Amino acid sequence: MTDLPERAPEKRLGLVIDLDTCVGCHACAVNCKEWNTGGYHAPLTDEQPYAAGTDGIWFNRVHAFEAGEGAAGRTVYFPRSCLHCDDAPCVTVCPTGASYKRAEDGIVLVDEDLCIGCKLCSWACPYGAREYDASAGVIKKCTLCIDRIYNENLEEVERVPACVSTCPANARHYGDFNDPDSDVSRLTRERGGYDLMPEMGCAPTNKYLPPRPARKGGEGGDEVLADAESPGGVLGWIDRLLSA
Amino acid sequence: MASTASWAHPAAPAETSPHVSDEVKYTTCYMCACRCGIKVHLKGGQIRYIEGNRDHPVNKGVLCAKGSAGIMHQNSPAKLTKPLKRVGPRGSGEFKEIEWEEALTTASEWLGEIRKDDPRKLAFFTGRDQSQALTGWWASQFGTPNYAAHGGFCSVNIAAGGLYTIGGSFWEFGEPDWEQSKYFIMFGVAEDHDSNPIKTGLATLKARGAKFISVNPVRTGYSAIADEWLPIRPGRDGLFALSLAHELLRAGKVDVDYLIRYTNAPWLVIRDEGGAEDGLFARDGDGNPLCWDRNADAEANARAPGVAPALKGEVTLADGRRAVPAFQLMAERYLDAKYAPEKVAREIGIDAATIQRIAAEMARVAFEEQIEIDQPWTDWTGHRHEKMIGRPVSMHAMRGVSAHSNGFHTTRALHLLQMLLGSIDVPGGFRYKPPYPKPAPPGPKPAGKPDQVTAGSPMGGPPLGFTFGPEDLLVEADGTPRRIDHAFSWEAPISAHGIMHRVITNAWKGDPYKIDTLFMFMANMAWNSAMNTTGTAEMLTDKDPDTGEYKIPRILYVDAFYSEMVAYADIILPDTTYLERWDCISMLDRPISGADGAADAIRQPVLRPDRDVRPFQDVLLDLGFRLGLPGMTTEEGKARYPGGYSDYIVNHERTPGVGSLAGFRGVDGKSEGKGEVNPDQLQAYIDNQCFWRHELAPDERYYKHANKAYLEKAARLGFIPAPEPIVLQLYSEVLAGFRQAARGHGPVQPPDRHRERVERYFDPLPIWYPPLEEQASEDLEQYPFHAITQRPAAMYHSWGSQNAWLRQIHAANAIYLPRGRAGAMGIGEGDWVWLISRHGRVKARAKLMEGVNADTVWTWNAIGKRAGAWNLDPNAPEAREGFLLNHIIDELLPADESGHRYGLADPVTGQAAWYDLRIRIVKAGEGEGDETSPKPAPLTPPPSVGGRVGRLDYGADFRRRRN
Repeated sequence: MTDLPERAPEKRLGLVIDLDTCVGCHACAVNCKEWNTGGYHAPLTDEQPYAAGTDGIWFNRVHAFEAGEGAAGRTVYFPRSCLHCDDAPCVTVCPTGASYKRAEDGIVLVDEDLCIGCKLCSWACPYGAREYDASAGVIKKCTLCIDRIYNENLEEVERVPACVSTCPANARHYGDFNDPDSDVSRLTRERGGYDLMPEMGCAPTNKYLPPRPARKGGEGGDEVLADAESPGGVLGWIDRLLSA
Repeated sequence: MASTASWAHPAAPAETSPHVSDEVKYTTCYMCACRCGIKVHLKGGQIRYIEGNRDHPVNKGVLCAKGSAGIMHQNSPAKLTKPLKRVGPRGSGEFKEIEWEEALTTASEWLGEIRKDDPRKLAFFTGRDQSQALTGWWASQFGTPNYAAHGGFCSVNIAAGGLYTIGGSFWEFGEPDWEQSKYFIMFGVAEDHDSNPIKTGLATLKARGAKFISVNPVRTGYSAIADEWLPIRPGRDGLFALSLAHELLRAGKVDVDYLIRYTNAPWLVIRDEGGAEDGLFARDGDGNPLCWDRNADAEANARAPGVAPALKGEVTLADGRRAVPAFQLMAERYLDAKYAPEKVAREIGIDAATIQRIAAEMARVAFEEQIEIDQPWTDWTGHRHEKMIGRPVSMHAMRGVSAHSNGFHTTRALHLLQMLLGSIDVPGGFRYKPPYPKPAPPGPKPAGKPDQVTAGSPMGGPPLGFTFGPEDLLVEADGTPRRIDHAFSWEAPISAHGIMHRVITNAWKGDPYKIDTLFMFMANMAWNSAMNTTGTAEMLTDKDPDTGEYKIPRILYVDAFYSEMVAYADIILPDTTYLERWDCISMLDRPISGADGAADAIRQPVLRPDRDVRPFQDVLLDLGFRLGLPGMTTEEGKARYPGGYSDYIVNHERTPGVGSLAGFRGVDGKSEGKGEVNPDQLQAYIDNQCFWRHELAPDERYYKHANKAYLEKAARLGFIPAPEPIVLQLYSEVLAGFRQAARGHGPVQPPDRHRERVERYFDPLPIWYPPLEEQASEDLEQYPFHAITQRPAAMYHSWGSQNAWLRQIHAANAIYLPRGRAGAMGIGEGDWVWLISRHGRVKARAKLMEGVNADTVWTWNAIGKRAGAWNLDPNAPEAREGFLLNHIIDELLPADESGHRYGLADPVTGQAAWYDLRIRIVKAGEGEGDETSPKPAPLTPPPSVGGRVGRLDYGADFRRRRN
């Protein structure tokens, strides 16, 4: 089985996903698909693309569900991708060393040349963040856009994961969780960023921000407007306003 | 497991700096209507990656799911590849491939005969066309008034309601002040229109702690992240707005200064019941509207600087007429107890306390949290203001308001609310996007009167425009419509975008006359763009029993894809994709401006077509030359634009100095707005990432309707005819004029059967009435549910289904039912149900949800496909489970007492009232199968349309090259 890095990685790169502004538009999912189908794990194969039973590889999927009933209910959009866990069971379960966690930045990667397609990692991952490419017989997964974030052929501002650069709702943020001044650390601190399913013990790097408390009304003490005082009839207040 | 060997980093280091692309080309997206800037990375002649352009004013670097799926649009197996000629019966889909020369010769022969005989026999209708400045001009050059694009079934209520009221509109011609608004209410917008700017804007608002309210029957998309979601009953937004107005007026929470300065609230309305001028504005001898000057205690020119107009009090004018300020008429109407929250709450579906509280919140934010910007500016009278004062309540509305038969007045009601709050083009409010505001209504008027339509000649004006009164209608002396779609007739006097959804029915009937050729572009009128889909297909294939000829004799169709409409055309002219052609997003049509700057854009070809297709716009110019249309032919008889559309974009001048593009004009390329033709203009656009933008100066950015510096600039750039203030039309004299005609005044009056309707719906102040479908149905209780559609964020109409990636997000649509109501009917998750309207029934699979108005069911728009269309496998979920509500929407209302059937449309604008639909729901029987119904016979794509792959490995080439 494969070891995790002996020492905690120098950097802990990952994402903060803001459930307060995610509108479930799938921009992140599709932009991820188009970058990555030509990237590190190319191609992101689609079986039966124009028929029934279409089955494609996506590193990032957006789920929609409702939580709560009646007025207390919410519609939730939940983007799901690899969380690049500190205690990544997908790594330790790998029999060949194909699945590994990088010592320098904590990114969990798959080396397809070593992958035998046994799928143990996809069984081990509690988040379902692994994708099996049947045509290549290997596992593929989110690389945190490792071929973008260090890419010297891209402008510096472009060296972020595709899902982050494309998100119209500013619901995805990228950075180093080991740096307390990074956006991702600050957002996690200030907005109560939380781990997904902490009980699984994977210590995920990525964090989710809960929706901000909704302003349902009443904060300004508003209930009902008082009638305008109207000595001059219903529209008497106009005279008062005009003569002021 | 303890003895198992473990591995420490055996993997090879990942390549982190791969070569990305050989070339990057900038252009403009067309995966939906939003016109975002994109960067297309090319590698080995293929698209490696499409990303948003960070410097682009529309999307500022972001890109939605649709835009990111452009690769699969380009890679679609549904692309048409060669001109086609029908050889089997219409609808059979039997075609033979022909050469372009044969196709264009045939088309020009057909069209040439028509033009010599009666140009109106050409009905030319385009779909989601972004080249309407060209297509409208072409129709005018041809000489037919029978032209429109898709606005009549999309959002003309929003557009016309805005343009006739404030000289701008939601979405296309205005936007909320995302940076400064503190309170934002969105009406009837799910997850589109516009796509990226709204998402970006909502994130900006929420980060600042502004409050966001979504008024929508369905809690998806934007509504999901609203602070407060108000699940209104469909078609009640106008009543809600007027009840809010009631509350504001009752409490005196109204921006009186704003109303006096910028609206026609103080203008005097003549009170003369039964008289010819009743309800019109009192004017002086020069035509200036009058007000009552409180200082002089006398009538005065309402437009004169320095008057102190009264807002209430009936007065007697010098000539003895009685008149009252428009404000008073407005206030009296909405102060009526019938608009009180407790009276309307049940109808609206929002409780009275909530309506009261929303009004109180709006008033508090507008008047107690006003914004003051230390930016001096000068109003049109020359008066200098030291600050820009803002009332930071903003609004946005789109299809949920537009697609009802009361949408025009609802739009006006929303603008009325904005005027009362003083929040139009102020900091924190709704803001105009240049070239708007324009006078309300703007010109020009529609052409098509008898003296404007002559065989063999261009028409004396554009086919679409704005009517100012009954005399501008396109009707015969007896009131019969002159246009095939009945636009600008008494059925829809202000149908500024035409009425595309009536064309096929009317052409089939020969009402008001028979046409010869229906020429359409990019409009899927045999499927998701038509009401009464099954009936529409029958009309397209119906033959005259006497002659054996099709009732619509010839159909010419242009599309890039094998859409459902293709099977119904006689000649198909295959178009390119948006990545293979030139386009311009013109100031003459709907440009890409934002509130702080005027902007337009181009598309450039980033790929060469790999099949025998031509850009539609090139084909149109070619046809125009073949027909000898004067605008497209030189005096020597040569093609005026031999270089095609790109030649036209640069060299065509609409008026001297004004062309398709406003940027980089003049011989030195430095003129803006107006200027001589610049032969290097397109290269200048390409060098500027395919757009041009003129930033407004800080003192021009607000109060544009009355801002001297802005108005002077707008006139200089050619946006408005003269630097005169634009007065907001709280009271619409245009509507009053039509009403007077209905009451028997003036030379042009409606036929008797239309009088009552025109009188009722041409109220000069906003009104609310139940959707016409509900009014016309005698057995409404049989159809207890409203049924509406929402537009998915990841799919644009029917275009997405041929996209291998987008169809993995939406491949089938369910009908979403309110959980409680479904339970009471014994309907569970996944059950098949019949949706039954007065017109027909369609079978769909049920899903239950909490987040939907209790009287409403909904589904995603345009996911259902006809089997085989779009080159999908006939057993694809789009055809087996996907369904259209269109099948059960009748394009006509039930007959009135006289037997006449009006369109299911807004009586002012003719806008298609898709969302008026009422249905009942019945659980399908055990033996009724597990497929949607109706399910028309599968289509078979012509052989020239490519094969479908069973496995897509896009990107494998890049990997091979890398290795």
